Amino acid sequence: MDYFLDEEQSMIRDLARQIADDKVMPVRAELDEKEEFPWEIMKTLAQSDFFGIYVPEEYGGLGKGGFELALVIEELSRACLGVSTTYAANALGTYPILLYGSDEQKRKYLPGIASGEKLVAFGLTEANAGSDASGVQTTAKLEGSEYVLNGTKQWITNGGEAEIYTIIAMTDKAKGARGASAFIVEKGTPGLSFGKKENKLGIKASSTRELIFENCRVPRENLIGKQGMGFIIAMKTLDNSRTGVGAQGVGVAQGAFDAAAAYARERHQFGQPIISIQAVQHMLADMATGIEAARALVYSVARFIDSKVKDVSKESAMAKLFATDVAMKVTVDAVQVMGGAGYMKEYPVEKMMRDAKILQIYEGTNQIQRNVIGQAIIKESARL
Amino acid sequence: MDIIVCIKQVPDTAEIRINPETNTLMREGVPSIINPFDLHALEAALQIREQLGGRVTVLTMGPPQAEVSLREAVSMGADEAVLLSDRAFAGSDTWATSYTLARAIKKLGAHLIFCGKQAIDGDTAQVGPETAEFLDMPHISYIRKIEEVRDDYIRVERMMDDGYDVVESSLPVLLTVVRELNQPRMPSLKGKMAAKKAVIKKMGMADIDAREEDLGLRGSPTQVKNIFAPEIRAERRMIGGTAEEQVYTLIKELRESKCL
Repeated sequence: MDYFLDEEQSMIRDLARQIADDKVMPVRAELDEKEEFPWEIMKTLAQSDFFGIYVPEEYGGLGKGGFELALVIEELSRACLGVSTTYAANALGTYPILLYGSDEQKRKYLPGIASGEKLVAFGLTEANAGSDASGVQTTAKLEGSEYVLNGTKQWITNGGEAEIYTIIAMTDKAKGARGASAFIVEKGTPGLSFGKKENKLGIKASSTRELIFENCRVPRENLIGKQGMGFIIAMKTLDNSRTGVGAQGVGVAQGAFDAAAAYARERHQFGQPIISIQAVQHMLADMATGIEAARALVYSVARFIDSKVKDVSKESAMAKLFATDVAMKVTVDAVQVMGGAGYMKEYPVEKMMRDAKILQIYEGTNQIQRNVIGQAIIKESARL
Repeated sequence: MDIIVCIKQVPDTAEIRINPETNTLMREGVPSIINPFDLHALEAALQIREQLGGRVTVLTMGPPQAEVSLREAVSMGADEAVLLSDRAFAGSDTWATSYTLARAIKKLGAHLIFCGKQAIDGDTAQVGPETAEFLDMPHISYIRKIEEVRDDYIRVERMMDDGYDVVESSLPVLLTVVRELNQPRMPSLKGKMAAKKAVIKKMGMADIDAREEDLGLRGSPTQVKNIFAPEIRAERRMIGGTAEEQVYTLIKELRESKCL
């Protein structure tokens, strides 16, 4: 379907597609098998200016928005979710600086992020904090001109590979969620180390590690926004990044659908290609319909967010929830359409099915998304 | 360092189909691309610019629509683009093309000139070396590696059938490159935006001080009499038996046929 992209948006999508086809597809199985971080692809994306898509021009970016970012994420995800997770986590880690950083912080960090010279990671999740973001136990204590961080962040995408980390830590535990603050921590800061690389079901090309803070001292200027704003910064960051996860869902679903449809044309049973069997056709029809609906929702919400409306929690949760549930269903069905071939590593869909599962879990489980939508409904209904 | 990269717009042969009735190429609707070898030439030039500074100019001779290929080269990082286009150039063979390119290069001036080793539509591999001859300049063909480059000196590896030569040259020099040299970069988004706005410099017969009789069809000594696919007449036979028996038979037969 035509979503009426303007000339620059088409250009961004086309180049992202070219990189996905030429640079990602040929290596995705190997990256998955070896659990290898996709540095070469990240370098290509950097050289082609993709890390600066959503960064303002004054900081070396292209000054585009979440919609253009979603187009890129979708194309990369069509080829490999491990690669797109690595890329998208960069935006997730950058939003706190972009949304709440001081001019000085923006001048210091955004140019290196936009050029792709420095990868970024976002550190919120802990052993006892994930869906419940207020359960953060990592602390940051102000001592003179420095904050001293202690605690462990868990399952951090780009952990160890990123140069810049945006971290949520408690500056005042007694205040609960209102006692959280956000910080910028650079790799190499004494007291910051990394735990082992996690062994995951999917998105194996992406790096997932613990961040361990032991008396890690960062200058006071590295506080993002004001003390106590950490929880709001985290929530607004997630509001912005969720459409990116939705775009990942659309992309991986499209990739799986394309593989399944192509296979169904070639595979013959009962003297005919299986695509002419109605049972298969109906599966493909449901898959295609789900994907188009998800894409329409993700694009609409991304454009809605870019229009700078104030509260986007409900809509962004809907986009993430719907598109990633579609992704899970479509990737499972793609394996089913392809039968034994789909189950084999010679074809890409078993990987897509493994990869897709994380989309229903990270950046807020889909159950949490329903909570967010539910709370918005309660608020709206009270206004009636 | 001023570097000129000669590129050619060619039909994407991967997309070409053959008309089964006439056995001729169906060029209609076939997308045009930059000759793949020329992308390696451009990449080499861009890398040298990154190392030594300077400017990279892409040059092509062709019809007005060749501008698309020049813009693509700009999106990859070329600083300037020049389109050599004139009715007088139409029908050029490799001789007339080389003469025309050489006249333009003389006007533009450069320390290094890069070409792909050949174009995938004509496959002659003549234009690079002939251009150097017209410029009265040394050339090194089939470059697979640039070992060292300075403002007045270059040392490269030239690919040969049985290995490679190391060749040194002073500048200016013209180099033709093979795929092994490098991996051409992807265009960048900023490059693509710049390419859209880039001013393509146009040069015609009057701008390059060329003699009209040396241009286009008139300046082309090549006469194409017939084009055909060569028939393969070689006899083939499989030698059977164990490895030793096979070697024995092979040596015996080679001796009998006076090959050994």
